Order: sequence, then C-alpha cells, then structure tokens
Amino acid sequence: MYFDSFQDLWQMAGHGVYVWSCYALFVALLGINLWHGMSQRRRAIKQVKALLRRNM
Amino acid sequence: MSAINWRMPRWFYQMGSPKWFYEWAGRLQPWFAGSAFILLLWGMIWGLAFAPADYQQGNSFRIMYVHVPAAILSQSVFMAMAVAGAIGLIWKMKVAFMVARSCVAIGASFTAIALLTGAIWGKPTWGAFWVWDARLTSTLVLLFLYAGVMALNQAISERQTAGKASAILAIVGSINIPVIKYSVEWWNTLHQSSSFSFTEKPSMPAEMYLPLLLTVLGCYCFFSLLVLMRTRTQILQTQSQTSWLAAHRDIRGE
Repeated sequence: MYFDSFQDLWQMAGHGVYVWSCYALFVALLGINLWHGMSQRRRAIKQVKALLRRNM
Repeated sequence: MSAINWRMPRWFYQMGSPKWFYEWAGRLQPWFAGSAFILLLWGMIWGLAFAPADYQQGNSFRIMYVHVPAAILSQSVFMAMAVAGAIGLIWKMKVAFMVARSCVAIGASFTAIALLTGAIWGKPTWGAFWVWDARLTSTLVLLFLYAGVMALNQAISERQTAGKASAILAIVGSINIPVIKYSVEWWNTLHQSSSFSFTEKPSMPAEMYLPLLLTVLGCYCFFSLLVLMRTRTQILQTQSQTSWLAAHRDIRGE
C-alpha cells in the first residue's frame, strides 16, 4: 500500500474528504443504475405474466 | 453510378430481431457483469490505496480514477446512442431504437458523475467547485442534451416515433462531442488535457495509468451490461403478445 496506515488512507493528507466522496458518488450512481435496471426488468416480467394469465 | 447494393453481415440483421437480441444479450450479460465488477473493484482499490500520489496535486489526483472513466463514457455513450439511432433510421430497426433509448439514462448518469466528481476535484485543485470553462460548459451542455433526449422519449408515447425523433436529436447533438474533446486545445482553459490518447505514450508512469485503464474498461463493461439489460426490458414490454416470449423460460419461470 502507498499509505503507512488505514488512518492515512482515510485522511489522505487532508484530501480524504474529496477523494472518498467522489468514490462514494461513483459507486452510488452506478448502484442506482443497476438497481433501477433490474427492478424494471422484474416489473416487465410480472406484466407479461399477468397479461398471459388474462388471455388464457 | 451503380445502385447501392451492399449488405451488412448476417448477424447484423439477426440482431434486428427482438427474439435474437433477447437471447444473445442474455448470454452476454453475465460476462459483462463479471468483468465490470472485477475491473472496477481492482482499478478502484489500486487507484485509492496503491498508486503513488501526484507530485503536484498530492492525493486529490486519485479522483481521476472515477472522474476520467465517467467523462469518457459520457461521450462514448452519446455516440453509441447517435449511432444506434442512425441504424434505426436507416434500416428501420426497432431494436436499434431500443438500444438508443437504453443509452439515455446511463449516459446521463455518467455525465452527472463526471460533473460532480469534477466539481469536488476542482475545489482542492483550482480553489472553486465550478468555473465557466470550455470543457466544463460543453459537458454541462451534454447533460442538457441527454435530458432533451430523455424528455423527447417520454413525451411521445408511440415508441417508433419517439425513437425517430430522439435519433435525430442525438445525431444533431453529437456535434457537441468533438467540441468537448477539443475544448482544451481550442480555448484557454483551466482543465488539464487528455489523460489518454491512442497515438501517444501516456505521460504518467504505469502504476498511475494502469488503474485508470482498468476503471475505464470496467465502465465500458458496466455500460454494456446495462444497455443489454434495459433493451431486454423494452423487448419484454413491447413483445408481450408474441408466442416466442410466451414460451420463453424467463416468462414460464423454470
């Protein structure tokens, strides 16, 4: 590791707050995209199933 | 001049079939998911904890490993959207319009990430969250273009018409992409020039640019995964009356 301790890694000589918030934003937005994509797929499958049941 | 009589390869037309696309996208998805997860995790840990600090910017330069891939993808996704839209217009392919529609939300997200992480990076580096610089302003315009395409898609309920209108906006809007790319050369700017180019050796040492390569590739895989997933959802939404879908294992639930 480049840093001497996890404390150093967290603080990054004063830049920690900027760096970690960027990484958190990045992971959060990608996570929301993934979650949204998956929930829309589940909803679409449910709708197709409901439609088929009605037509039977 | 002879009539244009060239044909695209067979797979190109097969991909235009919703059934084919649904099958193939389903097979490709796990590979993109796995690659995206490994590449992003590896690149981010390397960039955060193992890459050496920059001699000028210190540790704040580690923001590059999420900022640059988001910025690259924000432009690539827009181009992908314009190309898919053009394919939809030329070959009248419904699936191509679906792919273009799938690009919008993910492209807008990458643009938002690029702008937000750029603002956070700007504070310790330039002393301001935002400056009206050519690179930043043209990227903000890109976000508005995505919002325009999104609004157009939602305003027109007939999907084919929405696809055509959005394709035209995406194609016209893609003029902005070279503006973003060359903004750092055309105008005096605070923003530093490109981290990567295909023609030159990177100006950074390997232990600094290899993590970036990983996160950029990881973002491309993540984007591919989401576009396939969202396009499959649109196929489910529009093909619900077809017999192939009724018989599909995803619907019969085996």
